[in-house]
Amino acid sequence: MASYALTITIFLPLLGGLLILLIPKGNDRLMRQAALVTSLLTFLVSVWLLGPFEIGKAGMQLKEQYLWIPGIAINYHLGIDGLSLPLIILTTLLSVLSIVYSWRIDVRLKEYMFLFLLLETGMIGVFAALDFFLFYVFWEITLVPMYFLIGIWGGPRKEYAAIKFFLYTLVGSLAMLLAILLLYFNAEPRTFDMLKLIELQPLARLPGLAALAFWGFFLSFAIKVPMWPFHTWLPDAHVEAPTAGSVILAGVLLKMGTYGFIRVSLPMLPEAFKLYAPVVALLALIGIVYGALVAMAQPDLKKLVAYSSVNHMGYVMLGTAAAAAAVGVPAKAAAATIALNGAVFEMIAHGIITGALFLIVGIIYDYRAHTRGVNDFGGLGARLPVYTGITTMAMLASLGLPGLMGFIAEFLIFVGAFGVFPELTVAAVTGVIFSAAMFLWTIQRIFLGPLNPRWAQLPDMDRREVISLVPLAALMLVFGVYPRPLLDMINIAMTALVTSIK
Amino acid sequence: MPIQPDELLALAPELWLAGVGLVLVVLDLFVAEDRKIVVGWAAIIGLVLSLLPTFGMLGLPASGAQVLPSRTVFFNTYAVDGFAVFFKIIVIISAILVILSAMDYFRKQTRFEGELYALLTFTTLGLVLMAGSADLILLALSIEFVSLTSYVLAGYFKASARGNEAGIKYFLFGASASAVMIYGFSILYGLTGQTNLYAIAERIRTAPTPALIVALSLSLAGLGFKISMVPFHQWTPDVYEGSPTPVAAYLSVASKAAGFAALVRLLLVAIAPSSLDWVTLVAGLSALSMTVGNLLALPQRNIKRMLAYSSISHAGFLLIGVAAFKGDFGTPGLLIYLLAYTFTNLGAFFVAVLLEQRLGSVDIPDYAGLSQRSPALAAVMALFMLSLTGIPPTAGFFGKFYIFGAAIDNGLLWLALVGLVNSVIALYYYVGVIRAMYLMPAPSPDAMAEPVALTALAGMVSTAVAATIGVGTLVLTEATTIGTAPASGIQLNSTPPTVSFGA
Repeated sequence: MASYALTITIFLPLLGGLLILLIPKGNDRLMRQAALVTSLLTFLVSVWLLGPFEIGKAGMQLKEQYLWIPGIAINYHLGIDGLSLPLIILTTLLSVLSIVYSWRIDVRLKEYMFLFLLLETGMIGVFAALDFFLFYVFWEITLVPMYFLIGIWGGPRKEYAAIKFFLYTLVGSLAMLLAILLLYFNAEPRTFDMLKLIELQPLARLPGLAALAFWGFFLSFAIKVPMWPFHTWLPDAHVEAPTAGSVILAGVLLKMGTYGFIRVSLPMLPEAFKLYAPVVALLALIGIVYGALVAMAQPDLKKLVAYSSVNHMGYVMLGTAAAAAAVGVPAKAAAATIALNGAVFEMIAHGIITGALFLIVGIIYDYRAHTRGVNDFGGLGARLPVYTGITTMAMLASLGLPGLMGFIAEFLIFVGAFGVFPELTVAAVTGVIFSAAMFLWTIQRIFLGPLNPRWAQLPDMDRREVISLVPLAALMLVFGVYPRPLLDMINIAMTALVTSIK
Repeated sequence: MPIQPDELLALAPELWLAGVGLVLVVLDLFVAEDRKIVVGWAAIIGLVLSLLPTFGMLGLPASGAQVLPSRTVFFNTYAVDGFAVFFKIIVIISAILVILSAMDYFRKQTRFEGELYALLTFTTLGLVLMAGSADLILLALSIEFVSLTSYVLAGYFKASARGNEAGIKYFLFGASASAVMIYGFSILYGLTGQTNLYAIAERIRTAPTPALIVALSLSLAGLGFKISMVPFHQWTPDVYEGSPTPVAAYLSVASKAAGFAALVRLLLVAIAPSSLDWVTLVAGLSALSMTVGNLLALPQRNIKRMLAYSSISHAGFLLIGVAAFKGDFGTPGLLIYLLAYTFTNLGAFFVAVLLEQRLGSVDIPDYAGLSQRSPALAAVMALFMLSLTGIPPTAGFFGKFYIFGAAIDNGLLWLALVGLVNSVIALYYYVGVIRAMYLMPAPSPDAMAEPVALTALAGMVSTAVAATIGVGTLVLTEATTIGTAPASGIQLNSTPPTVSFGA
């Protein structure tokens, strides 16, 4: 099985989705079960990957390679390392939890589950693809289901949000396609193989084209991350998307952008990235401060979490930009590795924490209060103890409280980035203060104070909601106290990356 | 030089098609009014049989991977090479699918059903001849042949005002475009003293550039009309809207394909050796077509008009492949894009035909809630729209991928950027159809009868093609290049590749 492990992980959800399409109408229970079983199996297979995967070994593992389109050297080429494996497991985990959470969806259930599983296939594929053509195909496959998920099951302005999401990300994708083609045509021999392109460095001696390719990739990844000023689609998409859609969007789809920076921009165009790293870092800084401040001003809880994503993804980009600026400076290699470790750790942490936060918003909005106004609540702490506990934990993790996952990530990023961009890093730390203020103030407004009599009858979380949240809360704590297993895996991959571009 | 018997053999598909057309005309006389469908089936059988000798000319790898040597017959006026054969196959298969969809569509609407099949067969013959013409005179004749039958087809519903408008408009535009084109041909003849493209190629280097520019621009008018390229595109939306939908489908793919075959042969064989910078001209026209077509498609509500404008913009994308013809991506890109476009667009038109019959409307807003009323139709239509946009893993994506690759490979990065911007614009109106079908609530909750008619069959065929073309691409890229060497022994410096099916 090990030789096809990645193919199985990628296409299992699609297979399950196709089977769900065959279930006759009205059989909702069976459809839900099929979706759950499929996603659970995929999750188990992805966890099983940890077995054959050798943590101490750098480089790609569990590789699969078959000739696909020989005429222009396109391969079906998969492989994972310490960067992609955690992201794949994050994807499969969040997919299971989202399907558990979506149990009560009853509008057009069959399409919903099919699209969700198709989306899962696309996301895993992006993290496992080592051929640019394949990478691009998976990248684009994620667009269509997300468009439908927002457009059909979304909120009041769902159509606007859905098409905005689609148009924005398609602009980025096409810019990436041009950048990929630039790399391809300048490589000798021509290849779409990402590992070979890293070796060949086709644009190393062509600074003009390298800049063009860099900005092509940048546009695509920056829109996905989203970096300021390309973030405007995000609040709309998040606010209108159904809860599970927001979880996947924040938890995984945004990571595709930062993954692209680390997997593609950094190793393939190190010189260009180094040249423009200060610009990227500055945009990241603006995103950090702006995201936190705008989040603080949001009366809408979902928008608040959405803007806090802009803030957190800014940290990831700061770490990545710091590593890029350290290219070619051996003295800064250690700082670069630390910053990258922090960036990747933040990607995972943000996926878990923000995934949980969106579920939390959904629990109060979808089936209970039907409002997301932060100021509409008050005193829920006494009424909903379990909900309050988990929410407080997730928010504290998000603001970077030591002992929880977010702290480790931010700490590593700041330590690493300080060695490269001391001034910017100092400025970025203010973002932590703002986001701490924002989350604490939110906790105060929702859970503390006198109970708003409107919510006197509100029930606490039910079993299904607990099942979908407790694993995430546990992970925040486990990796917050003992990050080593995860960090080891990431560190090997990042050390190898930094060595390869020194 | 007398005509050799094997030259006639090389014309087997054309001769067969002519025979089928004549038989259909006679057959129509003897078939009762309510059983005209027999004529339709006869036409389909005839067209399918014509594919046999055509496929034979591809030189299947089964017969030892030997591609038939390309040649020109009848005093070098007619090329029989992989390039032409590829277009012939596209044209004939489109005709078969169009007749399948027309059989259901026309039965209730016109008395003159039998003639339609004969006319479609003759149009197919004309398009096949266009694809192979290697002589200005034959080219002009075959274009005229196609035009004449198309005018009749476009105005087929003679009782309807819109049908009349379509026919007359098509005729007036077409006649003027042809006249201008023939004028251009005559200048080309005057400059070189030859009508044969290969012979022109030998002498064109010495032709004065200003005169050549005039000749080329005028010639482009006629061909540009056929492929609905800006600025010769104005007829497209009105004709598509007014003509019977299957006819519009046929015009949008087969007519365009043959037009591109003739255009590419004219440019690459006859004009390329000259010092004229025709690449920049074609690239400019390409950018113009993409942009104008797209911007005009944005506000359309009528699916036929939307597809008409989108077909103008696709002509622009295809012209990228003409301008960037060099390298591994150029001409194969053009062929793959055309193949993808043909079947995707046919499919979209077929769904429109089916919906027109059931909803009695061709307005996109009337497709509201289709995903609930007819999930299968909505799903295939969504697939076609995504393919026209170029979202992987559909056929349209492979086409765009190759075309953009070709542009970059040929140093036309700016053109690729224009294409990129246009792809994003196009998404908006293609998704508009998906939005109506999936996001809008249905006006009535009743399930629409799923089609069981022949049209469904045609739709299914093109669905299958559109969806599986990803796999087809594997085979397509195994393209073997062959030279279209004419008898006179000139080797083209740009050799259109042929296509071999099979691993």
